[in-house]
Amino acid sequence: MFTLAIRRDDWSLHRKGAIDQARHMEKVKEAIKRNLADIVSEQSIITSDGKRLVRVPIRVLEEYRFRFDPEAGRQVGQGSGGTQVGDVIGRVGNGRGPGVGPHAGDEPGIDYYEAELTVDELGELIFEDLELPNLEEKRLRELESEAVRFTDIRKHGPFANLDKRRTLRENLRRNAWRGRARIGDFSNEDLRFKTWERDIKRESNAVVIAMMDVSGSMGTFEKYISRAFYYWMVRFLRTKYDRVEIRFIAHHAEAKEVTEEEFFTRGESGGTRASTAYELAFQLIREHYPPDAWNIYPFHFSDGDNWPSDNERCRELAEELLRCVNLFGYGEIRQGRYTYHSTLMHTLQRIGSPKLVTVTISEKADVYQALRRFFGPEVGREVARA
Amino acid sequence: MREGMPSAIAELERRIGEIWGVGERLGLRPLPVHFEVVPATVMYEIGAYGLPGRFSHWTHGKAYQVQKTLYDYGLSKIYELVINSDPCYAFLLETNTLLQNTLVAAHVMAHADFFANNAYFAETRRDMVDIASLHAERIEKYEFTHGKGEVEQLLDAVLSIQEHVDPAASETSTRRRAEQPRRPSTPYDDLWRLEERSRGDKSGGEERQAATTPAEPMRDLLLFIHDHSPILEDWERDVVAIVRTEMLYFLPQIKTKVLNEGWATLWHARIIRSLDLSPEEHVEFARLHASVLQPAGRRLNPYALGYELLCDIEQRYGTEHLFLVREVESDVSLVRNYLTEELVERLDLYLYERRGDELVVVDKDWKAVRDRLANELGGNHIPVIVVVDGDYRGNRELYLRHVWDGRKLDLPWAEKTLENVYRLWGRRVWLETRSDDGTDPLILSYHPREGHRQQR
Repeated sequence: MFTLAIRRDDWSLHRKGAIDQARHMEKVKEAIKRNLADIVSEQSIITSDGKRLVRVPIRVLEEYRFRFDPEAGRQVGQGSGGTQVGDVIGRVGNGRGPGVGPHAGDEPGIDYYEAELTVDELGELIFEDLELPNLEEKRLRELESEAVRFTDIRKHGPFANLDKRRTLRENLRRNAWRGRARIGDFSNEDLRFKTWERDIKRESNAVVIAMMDVSGSMGTFEKYISRAFYYWMVRFLRTKYDRVEIRFIAHHAEAKEVTEEEFFTRGESGGTRASTAYELAFQLIREHYPPDAWNIYPFHFSDGDNWPSDNERCRELAEELLRCVNLFGYGEIRQGRYTYHSTLMHTLQRIGSPKLVTVTISEKADVYQALRRFFGPEVGREVARA
Repeated sequence: MREGMPSAIAELERRIGEIWGVGERLGLRPLPVHFEVVPATVMYEIGAYGLPGRFSHWTHGKAYQVQKTLYDYGLSKIYELVINSDPCYAFLLETNTLLQNTLVAAHVMAHADFFANNAYFAETRRDMVDIASLHAERIEKYEFTHGKGEVEQLLDAVLSIQEHVDPAASETSTRRRAEQPRRPSTPYDDLWRLEERSRGDKSGGEERQAATTPAEPMRDLLLFIHDHSPILEDWERDVVAIVRTEMLYFLPQIKTKVLNEGWATLWHARIIRSLDLSPEEHVEFARLHASVLQPAGRRLNPYALGYELLCDIEQRYGTEHLFLVREVESDVSLVRNYLTEELVERLDLYLYERRGDELVVVDKDWKAVRDRLANELGGNHIPVIVVVDGDYRGNRELYLRHVWDGRKLDLPWAEKTLENVYRLWGRRVWLETRSDDGTDPLILSYHPREGHRQQR
């Protein structure tokens, strides 16, 4: 006995699949957020052009259960004939093909799940609660980003803004009401016009001065870390603020302003005099960014191996900078040197200004912490309290 | 289904009639089947949820996304889905060709015959589609009353041990149950159980206390937790019961996957060959049938294994015996009783293991393959965990034991799972297993205040 039918109903389940899938994606994002520290400093992301998809392995979403150790013991496999003892039938880990979202694990008995995100999506998660701390409304040159939004319909207005679709509908409605549903015999009462509102967003001027040590003592790791930090910082500023200027300064024994591209690609060598960078920053501020009109954020990344004779000069300049900036961030990269700080770090910390925020980075995962330390929601409050 | 399809539907209907005629003449006695032609979206939804209209949970959403992605990229396609119910619901993909649908219909008929006649399915509820919808409604109601997050977390915990149910446990699970006079079994037994539960709630804590240790180690974790958890509220117990009921329904399918698929493959081939088809269609059929039997990478193809086993059995013992196998065997007994050296050779089965980054074939001995296969199939990939004591140390702590069969537990996963058990039990939970070499007992325990502990 059988019956046959074609399904035409509206399946309530249909929605359910989509809803549960959305919830699953939400959990994926939560999981990614918990792993951001590791993801942020991922080489493949920093060197990507930003359009690429990033694969993020998520173990948090595993559906735990009592199971046998998948690593232990042998499994049954099936070949297509003639398999011999000793044949290698696969590899663990990298035997995956091009990405299509979720993957079933290639490893025997191990399920894992990989999410794919664009760098922008990842950025959104990272930047969610980051902000330029201590942003002030400056009295001069407030930027207005203006947009026009059509929000309402009226019976009067300039003909350029005639809403043709609604006008036709009114005409049809009026004719139909009189017993003849047709379009024609337009009269003034049919006319409908779009009206608009001006959307004015006020934004304060802000400039970020990114300074990076490119001297010979900066090894691959140190350079990588400062670039990773600045990579995300630049993305963060461009995503969240329409009008933030960023100036790039690279320094060794002397400093010079470089383009963004040079900043991220160029390697230099030589000794280190951080004061030259501060001096150049100060000069930029004097010439282009008067503090009464600009919010100013200098950041400096270095391994701290500064010429000892230069530290005093650094302190003087830093103090001067601190008087006119909203926040001065100093990040020191000390791989494997734990809590030991450089003399530059000590010198700067002696200033004791709440606007000076310092960070020590000793491993890749710290980049995320540095971002949060400089742009996290607590920073603004701390500075404001002081 | 678009315009112009009705004639194809009429033709399909005619063919299914023919299939039914042939199948019945050859000895198949299927449940009645209701076929529906559905779009791919519906198909992979039902595939992901296991049943149409089942309750909402993100794990279903995850399965759904996998199905959808595989389908969207053309990597995998579900041609057919059959639900074990009375009548059986069979879903045909609307983009199937007439011949694909013909093959699928024959395949479905054999599944429906298997559901009707295999012993493991004798107790399954054939009204499960309705039951699952009612379950989904209740869970939705709980989401409304207690919050979605609360229900989700509870389901996370329950689903994590859902495999640990025992169809035999319902009646004599605990001392309390055992002491009660046995009634003849009827479809309305669950009503009695409701009554018992309300009675149990009214009676003093003393009686409950006394009942918290099973007379003998009990495999049904969900039932034990349902009956004896010191902390679950009534609605939470109901969620445990829901998951358990649905798992009991799915269990026979887990136990007979190879046999069931082999049976369906054998009969679709046999039935299609006796239909009056054009030579082109016979070629298309041969191609399809071969793709069903193809090995999938190094993964074992359950269709191929079941099909070859059954063909071999028929050759050796005759068709009558084949029908006996369909009635009484499960995957494990099928492999244990009927897998031969020749079959292992013909199917090119082997044992492999991980060496460094490589997966290497390490053994082709047919007995080793057979024994290992029996350990992987039919739910034997799930460790046996029993409740030993629900009042451990006189403190209502839960003591579980992993029944050692030489296979080591995944300890990090076991610890995570214990956290879920704790969510359901609310007191310290213990799990006794063995250390790597299997000689010494290893006892895990978890309590959020003290975290995980291991003692030898």
